[in-house]
Amino acid sequence: MKVSAEWLSDYISLENVDMEELAEQITRSGIEIDSVERRSEGVSKVVVGYVKSKEKHPDADKLNVCIIDAGLGEDLQIVCGAKNIDAGQKVPVALVGAKLPGGMEIKNAKLRGVPSQGMICSAKELGLNDKLLPKEQQEGILVLPEHISVGQPINLVLGLDDQVLDFDLTPNRSDCLSMIGAAYEVGAILGRSVKLPEPDKKLIEIADEAKDHLRISIEAHDLCSHYAARYFTHVKIAPSPQWMQNRLAAAGVRPINNIVDITNYVMMEYGQPLHAFDADHIAENSIIVRQAEDGETMTTLDGQERKLEAGALLISDGQRTPIALAGVMGGLNSEVTDQTVNIVLESARFDGGSVRKTSRQLGLRSEASLRFEKEVDPSNVIPALDRAASLIAVYAGGTVYHGTVEEVISKPEEKRIKLSLDKLNVYLGTDISMLEVKTIFGRLNFELADGPGEVEVIVPTRRGDITRDVDLIEEIARLHGYSNIPTTSIEGKSTSGGYTRNQALRRSLRGLLTHGGWNEVISYSFTHESSTALFPTLTGVNKAVKLSLPMSEDRSVLRTSLIPELMHIAAYNRNRKQDNLALFEIGNIFLTEEDKLTRQPKEQSVLGFFLAGLRQEKQWNVPAEKVDFYDLKGAVESVITYLGLTDLVSYVADRPEGFHPGRSASLFLNVHDHKVRVGVLGQLHPDLARNKDLDDTYVAEILLEPLYQHANRVIVSRELPKFPSVERDIALVVDTTVEAGSLLSSIRESAGEWLTHVQVFDVFTGSKLGENKKSIAISLTYQHKDRTLTEEDITQVHDKVVNELVQSFDAELRK
Amino acid sequence: MKERLEALKLEAIEHLNQVVDAVQLNDLRVKYLGKKGALTEILRGMGALSAEERPVIGQVGNEVRAAIESIIESKASYFQNQETEQRLSAEKVDVTLPGRALKQGAIHPLTKVIQEIEDIFIGLGYRIAEGPEVEMDYYNFEALNLPKNHPARDMQDSFYITEDLLMRTQTSPVQVRTMESMKGEVPVRVICPGKVYRRDDDDATHSFQFHQIEGLVIGKGIRMSDLKGTLLQFTREMFGPNTQIRLRPSFFPFTEPSAEVDVTCVKCGGSGCRICKHTGWLEILGCGMVHPKVLEMGGYDSEQYTGFAFGMGVERIALLKYGIEDIRNFYSNDLRFLQQFARN
Repeated sequence: MKVSAEWLSDYISLENVDMEELAEQITRSGIEIDSVERRSEGVSKVVVGYVKSKEKHPDADKLNVCIIDAGLGEDLQIVCGAKNIDAGQKVPVALVGAKLPGGMEIKNAKLRGVPSQGMICSAKELGLNDKLLPKEQQEGILVLPEHISVGQPINLVLGLDDQVLDFDLTPNRSDCLSMIGAAYEVGAILGRSVKLPEPDKKLIEIADEAKDHLRISIEAHDLCSHYAARYFTHVKIAPSPQWMQNRLAAAGVRPINNIVDITNYVMMEYGQPLHAFDADHIAENSIIVRQAEDGETMTTLDGQERKLEAGALLISDGQRTPIALAGVMGGLNSEVTDQTVNIVLESARFDGGSVRKTSRQLGLRSEASLRFEKEVDPSNVIPALDRAASLIAVYAGGTVYHGTVEEVISKPEEKRIKLSLDKLNVYLGTDISMLEVKTIFGRLNFELADGPGEVEVIVPTRRGDITRDVDLIEEIARLHGYSNIPTTSIEGKSTSGGYTRNQALRRSLRGLLTHGGWNEVISYSFTHESSTALFPTLTGVNKAVKLSLPMSEDRSVLRTSLIPELMHIAAYNRNRKQDNLALFEIGNIFLTEEDKLTRQPKEQSVLGFFLAGLRQEKQWNVPAEKVDFYDLKGAVESVITYLGLTDLVSYVADRPEGFHPGRSASLFLNVHDHKVRVGVLGQLHPDLARNKDLDDTYVAEILLEPLYQHANRVIVSRELPKFPSVERDIALVVDTTVEAGSLLSSIRESAGEWLTHVQVFDVFTGSKLGENKKSIAISLTYQHKDRTLTEEDITQVHDKVVNELVQSFDAELRK
Repeated sequence: MKERLEALKLEAIEHLNQVVDAVQLNDLRVKYLGKKGALTEILRGMGALSAEERPVIGQVGNEVRAAIESIIESKASYFQNQETEQRLSAEKVDVTLPGRALKQGAIHPLTKVIQEIEDIFIGLGYRIAEGPEVEMDYYNFEALNLPKNHPARDMQDSFYITEDLLMRTQTSPVQVRTMESMKGEVPVRVICPGKVYRRDDDDATHSFQFHQIEGLVIGKGIRMSDLKGTLLQFTREMFGPNTQIRLRPSFFPFTEPSAEVDVTCVKCGGSGCRICKHTGWLEILGCGMVHPKVLEMGGYDSEQYTGFAFGMGVERIALLKYGIEDIRNFYSNDLRFLQQFARN
């Protein structure tokens, strides 16, 4: 809401008030002032001039030589290039020595050989917002009304010395969507009284009763509690007075004609939107406030045919033809035009929710709908209508018929709220006195009825936001000053803070991975629908969740896996020559079993990995080695070991969607002898990799909840062995299909408890070994906790191990 | 014979003084002290001496041997040291070549900020509460005093999934869920970090996905002055001990009174700079006393209990704290950007 200081001072004295300081005070009291602008910064020596004559420039087609009377006694010759200049006009003339916004200074000049003693100005050159002017005036010079006298400073004529405060209103403070509301707020801050306009004293009506020319009936009782109108004849459509245009321009409203301008002016003044109908286009002189039928249409002021939603509130005439969308926009059929002579002026109270719904649905938002949506002050319906009537009588020559025609469904009840001084001070932690409380309410113009230790406040109708005692506490707090509230510590029982088990585990996993060289990323939760089918979903439910109105196709579905977004991030990095990528993310995936959601989808916390490029940055002493499956698996194993789950997991060769069929695995967690798949890991399928330009990429995704749930956080220290250990190596040649994992389990089983460590230390294939054969070398460590093992002990066990391997795996010992 | 021995000693000393390496030294040892050396040679003539002279000459002989030996020994150790020195200096490495670094990845800067804030509030006795990102309209709006068609819903255009489900637009629904799970018990002290989503076109300062941290305290006699005290303590730990805060009245449907909180500019400390648009203050938080309707919907008697709540944008704090210019950096995850945070 743009509040002109010049306009505001109609209602409250702003004597000796610095606008910048006032803006700061208002901001500190609850309404942020975005800016304080002078309507035109730095205009001087620009006056009103009369164009006595216009001649073509002898040497330039587009220039004219004008003789101007600027009230200086002597005429000026000024060369002007504007298309719309003409003899007989009043125009702003920048005299020699004038200053214009942007630092331009006017000097004597010669244009194509013809001397020019000044400049005729456009609105833009005067620093005005020319969007608020008619088109022809935007393109050329600013043409002023005829009656304005020559020689007057333009600042006075256009109100350019005015300052405008931009109120950035929060939704609760719609009371300040009006000059009078703003005056009450400023009055409370400055401690000055507010003087309201008194339209009824100035209004001259004829004896003919309005109600004999107009009937009103409200059918939609729930959506319109009060509808009032006045009837006028002999209206002359013309421009509104300059002062009104100046004020509207300051408020950011485009002047159009006297009637429209008056309705806008009064809306800005009272916050009550008004609408003027051409009375001759209201059939049967009758207005019906009703809800739209299914399939009904109407053409609005902007010429658009609108399809109305059933139930939308509309104004119709006696034949039930819609003539306005209540509170949103008028109809084209009843528009006030240059030919209009008889007018019906509407002032009503429409339901905010209904206006909001219609304006949203049709994409029509106006100053009027904005105000209705936030509920208008019910007490202003009649004063605003009377105010407009008196202005129409004066500035549009209208004949005002006697009285208001209205239907009242319900009147607002008086709102009384009690506030105890005790509660106030306990709530805020302050020590505010009853006297101060009363003073503040007095400044707010809130009426009081008091009792001992408490006050009863009669809340003015303009403050619809105040409904409970805490709202009053806020009023006191903001005018007392938030800076005057002390800082204290919470009293009473102390609490112990901390993470939950899962939160603590998640945080330490982040630490583990970053210390291992992995970088954490955070990707978007929204993805393209096509990417939800690329990878397995890890859970029983597998349907993706769609946004009902996505911002783009690329971000229209909730992710079902972190991997596609990790691939995006990797591609982004690769395009910037960042090729060695070890990335992880901990985030949620979203899945549902429903086709149409009736309840929240499953949100699962998962850990995603992305690995590509070199294991380590190439360096003089570090070989440039590409990452492989085992780098990824190592990271997964570290996580598993860290969580104490080593004995509960198994890696099973698998062919998950999106993965290289020969280089991928599923991770199983053994939960009560039941194997549950909790993750997938492996090389990105080469087809997918090629599409995305991500060759030799390894990815994994693991469900975190089951890992957290079964994580073993109990550490029981074991005594260190006192007796020596003995190491034996085995080298075996087996079929390539034999998995190392099975050899190790066999070894563990046949060796028994003396085996303390077993490790694969070499794997190779080669023609010497024969086709489809590989060599695996394994080192075994034996140790007894109570004695030194003898050579015989070890040989006995080791032979058993070897025999078992040879028999079960058709293995051949390499000597 | 005594003279010969003395002469031998002088000659040996002179020769030994000219020795330049261990080989020459060894040659001289053989020459003078060896089994066929000069000293032995002379002493061999002892047999011809009288019984009185023999011990005297023997003594002289021993002294000469000892003198020569001691010089040889010191020379030998000198050469030994010299040789060691040479060998080691030949093993010299270029200490300016880079070493093999431990691989250090980075925590994402948003996680880093969240963890820092969590640490501060855990220290103040808060627990961490989390909730779903796909929220019910009831928790996201209605239970926070934002009924359907409330104009304040305009403040945050939302991503709906169905009429009743949406991507949460704030972490405040976790407040409501916390109240429900506490079943009217006090004290409540939680902070709720998490992702939130709003229909915003992405630019340098807006992102449709971002992170918030919400705080909620409920108890008997919780005052607005406690809120101020808590925020002052938090901002000082977060931004430095000289930080000041300023509360400005504002509006949130779920708090009353409500305030926006400014801190003294992290860059200039309040004197005015480009970051704070020359005001000396930066807006970083919204807060207020929990609205009685919200308490009531959460199962608390608003006459008996009061509370405060606050919320902040993690991205905003990270931008200020690390001097980042563009919010999109957080989600493009350029490794060169991320790696800047691989530090203490």
